[in-house]
Order: sequence, then structure tokens, then C-alpha cells
Amino acid sequence: MDNTHKKSFYDETHTVFGHHENKFLQWIFSIDHKRIALLYLVVMMTFFIIAIFVALSMRMELFSPGQQIMEPNTYNQAFTLHGVIMIFLFVIPGIPAVFGNFLLPLLIGARDVSFPRLNLLSWWLYMLGAVLAIISLFVGQGFADTGWTFYAPYSVQTGTNVIFALTAAYILGLASILTGINFVVTIHRLRAPGMDFFKMPLFVWGLYSTAWIQILATPVVGITLILVILERTLGIGIFDPSKGGDPILYEHLFWIYSHPAVYLMILPAFGVVSEILPTFCRRTIFGYRSIAISSALIAIIGYLVWGHHLFTSGMSEWTKIIFAFLTFFVAIPTGIKFFDWVATMYKASIIFSTPMLWVIGTIITFAIGGLTGLTLVTLGVDVHLHDTYFVVAHFHYTIFGGVVFMLFAAMHYWFPKFTGRMYCEKSAKKAFYGIFIGFNTLWFPMFLAGAYGMPRRYFDYLPEFEIYHKIAGVGAVITIASILYMLYILYKGIKEGEPCGNNPWNATTLEWQISSPPPLENFKNIPYIDFMPYDYENGKPKRDLTKIIEGGDND
Amino acid sequence: MTETTTPEVIYDKEGNAHEIVDFNDDYTGAKLGFWLFLFTELMLFGAMFLVFSFFFYRFSEDFVVASNNLNLTLGGINTIVLLISTYFMGISLLNIKQGNVEKSKKMIYITIALSIVFLVIKYFEWMAEIHHGIYPDSEALNVLSKGEILFFGLYFTMTGFHGIHIIVGIGVMIWAIKLINCKKISAKKYVVLENIALYWDIVHLVWVFLFPLFYMISFGGAA
Repeated sequence: MDNTHKKSFYDETHTVFGHHENKFLQWIFSIDHKRIALLYLVVMMTFFIIAIFVALSMRMELFSPGQQIMEPNTYNQAFTLHGVIMIFLFVIPGIPAVFGNFLLPLLIGARDVSFPRLNLLSWWLYMLGAVLAIISLFVGQGFADTGWTFYAPYSVQTGTNVIFALTAAYILGLASILTGINFVVTIHRLRAPGMDFFKMPLFVWGLYSTAWIQILATPVVGITLILVILERTLGIGIFDPSKGGDPILYEHLFWIYSHPAVYLMILPAFGVVSEILPTFCRRTIFGYRSIAISSALIAIIGYLVWGHHLFTSGMSEWTKIIFAFLTFFVAIPTGIKFFDWVATMYKASIIFSTPMLWVIGTIITFAIGGLTGLTLVTLGVDVHLHDTYFVVAHFHYTIFGGVVFMLFAAMHYWFPKFTGRMYCEKSAKKAFYGIFIGFNTLWFPMFLAGAYGMPRRYFDYLPEFEIYHKIAGVGAVITIASILYMLYILYKGIKEGEPCGNNPWNATTLEWQISSPPPLENFKNIPYIDFMPYDYENGKPKRDLTKIIEGGDND
Repeated sequence: MTETTTPEVIYDKEGNAHEIVDFNDDYTGAKLGFWLFLFTELMLFGAMFLVFSFFFYRFSEDFVVASNNLNLTLGGINTIVLLISTYFMGISLLNIKQGNVEKSKKMIYITIALSIVFLVIKYFEWMAEIHHGIYPDSEALNVLSKGEILFFGLYFTMTGFHGIHIIVGIGVMIWAIKLINCKKISAKKYVVLENIALYWDIVHLVWVFLFPLFYMISFGGAA
């Protein structure tokens, strides 16, 4: 770093307990939203790598029929561990906790979130939950073997450490709720003057809808998990049929949260798409309002569809039909977004940088994931496909092909803003193609295996399914190798990348108008916003607010 | 943290002034955030009420029979105690707004005292059941009908959760008194106390629904 380098948030920070000399303490007690975002990022990626290797070990077990490397019961624990880490420690905090935290104040022209100390508390709660989950691996009978859904009555009866896992999930939920509250208040209170709701960048719309889901849905799963804990410890009987309780009630309560939770995962990802597209198409996004409102619509309708997880549990035909139609409805706002994105790209002079490649990749994979969702919710078909590999493939096409792809896209797109440097474009593109090919090799065969009747969560299978598991196993290796390569490229970018200036992509939103990496408290002067977020003119951003933001002291 | 003391102002094209909200001292933000937290509390208890209504619908008669075992008088007294405590909490807030610090503190002490009365009565109620051998998974309970087992399972769960909220409430009220003593809550900065009062409102509101659902469904001699 040269001498003309301006002080960034890496050089100075606010901490919660006064000043610390120790650099490490300055990080873990920092209340700066940008540092908290990086804290999340480091921990989350660590867990992500652990969980992909757990998944790889499962794929290796399934590479051939019969037992290869683990006991059947270990396999049950492995898929539970994979699910719990991926869902509760990686994807749910995911984009909001890292990129939401880092970017929300930057995008709306604020100096921090509304409650910086609460923000730090969220991270500490997240760490507490993570540590609890880790401890449960090593004590007693090992990690829970129930699947990440913790279905009663098995979760009440198994001897494994279900209580640990449930408590961890509860605490992680609490962290998620606090982040949600923080974001809603920030968006309501701290937008730069002049920026009304329909002048906000679309990522903020995604975060706003997500935050409401976090606030209104998470408490339901919180109390449900506690009821399971009480069932195990005290035997209150709510989920125990011998006492008049009802295990199906657990499934309802669980999915009342957990189905909105998948929209909670995907909405910020859609927001990332809407940020990246205009930048690399060099034009304003098509249908700004419809994209904004469709985020809110997905959040609202997403509440009312949980029943489609229970089609085979014996609910009444009318209920099934209502839930099926409500689920079809979710496809409408999602479709609106897709058509808006494609319309933005239509006849644009697209620049195929790595973030744009990720977006195009996700438009393909998420379209497959989303449309197979419609297949699944068709009542007759679901009876056949329920709990098969088809569901596994559908889920990974949406969550990996949608959310995680967009997390990777965001990692590339905002990399210059985070670090002030640029990664190697050429290698990053190779990593993308590697992951994209590996991804499809890994999960597409599962659609076929599922359609032919391969059940999910099985330790062993009939010989006729071997070919699908072989192909998926190869895909898993390609995917993981490419992910590691991608992370290595990004790491090399941090160490050796070229300095990139404030706005390497020629983007229009506020975060690109300040220095990279941003200074503590972001904006020296906050600009007045009376324009739309993605204004381009002749392929260049219409405005440059750098002067206003960094202007003289006396104005 | 050294922050700007005067409100920061920027101007639009027409020259109209717009104030920039300071996130360090934002009364509306603090209120909004707390209301959102109260929503989560509503969802938390709401889910339990949902479970209750589901089983009440399925085992209506058993629930009425089980409800006869609860002491309507003690429950009623507790309802009144809690309602009165909310009144004192409100008066405390009014007093701090007018600068009557000592009176405000006195009102909080009364609220704490009433909450302790509530907990003591609750303790005796629980003990009475437990002495009859009625507690989750007890032998005496497990031979009863399914609806009665569930009624008492829910009774201990929901009143227990409510009790935890009362204990937390007492904790934050003691914290509020400490803040008043070191002048962090004053006639100008009272949002913490206002939020605590809101919290106390929701705690009593939940009880106002718990009381009829558990104690009063047998009222009028249906069983």
C-alpha cells in the first residue's frame, strides 16, 4: 500500500468496549458493519468448506452400491451435518449477513446500520450457535442423525445429540432475527434524503423482503425447536401420538418457517442479479418497479405455501389443491423477475466479466430448479417424486444454482470494493466454467435417478441406479476442485491483485462512488438522491457523485 | 465515539433543507426496532396459541375437564395483579417524561413488587399441581385422557414461557433503574424505558389470552 493511500475501515474502527491495542480484538469487537460482514464471511466460508467435504464423503460412499467408507448410521449423521451446516450456518445468514451487512448502508447512503452493537451481537450469537453445533460432534453419541428437518417423532427418540443441534439452530435463528430487525429499521430510517422506496437499489429491496421473513417466520421455528427440546427432556406430549400429540403438527410448524426460509435465501440472491445485470449491460434495468414489488410478493405468497411439503402426509384433498395453487402463484413474481432480466439483456452490449457469467449461469440453473419445483407441486406427480432424488436435485438447483452461485457472483462483483484490488479475470472465468460444468454433472443425473425412483437419504441403492451415482460422484469432484480453485484465485487477488480504483466496473450505485476499500463511516457528505439507481447514458454512468461525497468541509 | 452534535443537513436542487438521521441517536429507529421485536414475540406466542387451538379443537371436552383442576381464583388474582402492574409501569413512564425521576423510580419498584407477587402466586399454583402428581410425563398425568395430558403439557409450557418473560421483565426493570441512576434515562432520553413499558404491555397482553384459555374454558359448569 502506497503513501497516498486513504485511510479505510481496515486501518481504523469503532469497537464496542472502547479501544483495543490488539488487532484481533479490534476485529471481533468491531461495530463497523463492514468488519462484521467480513467476520461473517470468514466463518461462513470455513463452514462451507467443511460441509462440501462432508458431502463429498457421502458421494464417495454412494459411488458404488454397498458399503464403502462409512457405516449406515454415520451416513445419516453426515447428511444431517451437511444440511445443518449448509442451511443454518451458511445459506440462511449467507448473502444478507455478508453482503447485506457490507453493502446495505453503502447502497442507501448511510454511515452504518441503525443498531451497530446489535449487529455485533448477532455475529456473536451466530458464533455461539456454531460452537454448539461443533461441540455436539464430539460428545455423547455424536451429531444428530435426523436430517436437518428434525422430524418428530424420530427426533424425540434418537439417542444422538439432537438437543445440541436444536439449541444451536435456535440461537442461529435468534441471530438471524436480530439482523432482520436491524435491516428493516436501517432501510426505514437511514436512507439518504430524497431516496424514496422506489429509488432504492434492487438489492436493498431483496434485503428488505428477506428481513421481514426473518422477523415474522423465524420465531415460529424457534418455538417449534424448543417444543421438541421440551418433548425430549420433559415429555410434554405435543408431538407424541401415545399422549395424543401429533407428529404431523411438527411438520406444519417446521415448514411454516422453513418454506419462507427458502425465499429468505433466494430473495437477496435475486437482488444481487438485479445489481450486476445493469452494470454489465450498461443500461438501466428493465421494469424496475415490477422487480421491486415482485420481491415483496414472493415474500408474502411464500408464507402461504408450506403445505406442499406435506402432500403425502394425508392432509385433505382440498387443502392440497389450495396449497398447490398457492405454490403455482409464487412462480408468477419469480417469472416476472426472469423476464425483466432477460429484457434487460436483450440488445444490450453485454460485457462478459466473471460476475456477469455467474448471473447468466444462474439464470440457466435457477430456471431449471424453479421449473422442476412446479413439476413437484403438481399433486399427482408429487406422490411419485416425493422424497426421491428429484427433490434433492430440485433443491440444489435452486439453492446452489441460485443462492450460492449468486453468493459467488457477489464475491467477484464486490471484490474490488472489499479489497481495493482486482482478481485475475481469466482464471476466475475458468473457475466459473469448472463449477458450472461440475454442478450440472453432479445434480442433473439426480433428476433422472429420482424420476426412476431412487429415494433420498438412502445409504445404499439398487444396481440400476449405479450409473447416476457414478456420474454425480465425478461431478462432485469437479465442483469441489473448481470451488477450491476459485477461492484460491480470490485469495491471490487479495495478495497480488492490481489496485482497481473506486469504480472498476463503471457501476452507478452509491457504493462505487466512494473509495475502495471504503473509509470508516463510508460517506463524508451524504448526497441528495433524486434519481433512479441505474442511470446510464451512452454506456457510461450518468452521474459521478464522488465530488459531492468527498467535497470540502464547509458546505 | 465522537460524533457530530448538531444535526447534519443537506440541500436538494430547490434548496430545501433535509436532515440526515444520526444512527447513534435515533428515537424513531429505536421505537421501530422494538416494535419489530414485539412482532417476533407475537409470532413466538402465536405459534403456541396455534398449537393450543389445534388440540383444543381436537380434544375440547378433555380440555374442559382438565381446566377444572386449575384454580380460577388464583389465576384471576394474578390477572388483576399484572394489569395493575402495567398501570404503574405507564405512570412511571409519564413521570420520567415530566422529569419526576424519584417518582418514576418508585413506580418501577412497585411494578417489580407486583411482578414478584405474580411469580409467587404462580409458584404456588404450579406446586399445587405438582403435589397432585400432575407434571409433564408424571405417572398420575399419563393415566389421564390424551386431551388432559396435552392440556397440562401446554399449561406448563405456555405459562412457563410467560413466567420466563416476567423474570426477564424484572431484570430489565432493574436495569432501567440503574440507567436512571446514572442519568442515561432522563426526561430527554426515555426511549429505553418506553420500550420496557411496551415489553411489559405485551407480557400482560399474552397473559390476558392465557388466562381465559386455560382457566375459564370450564367456567359456567360445562363439565
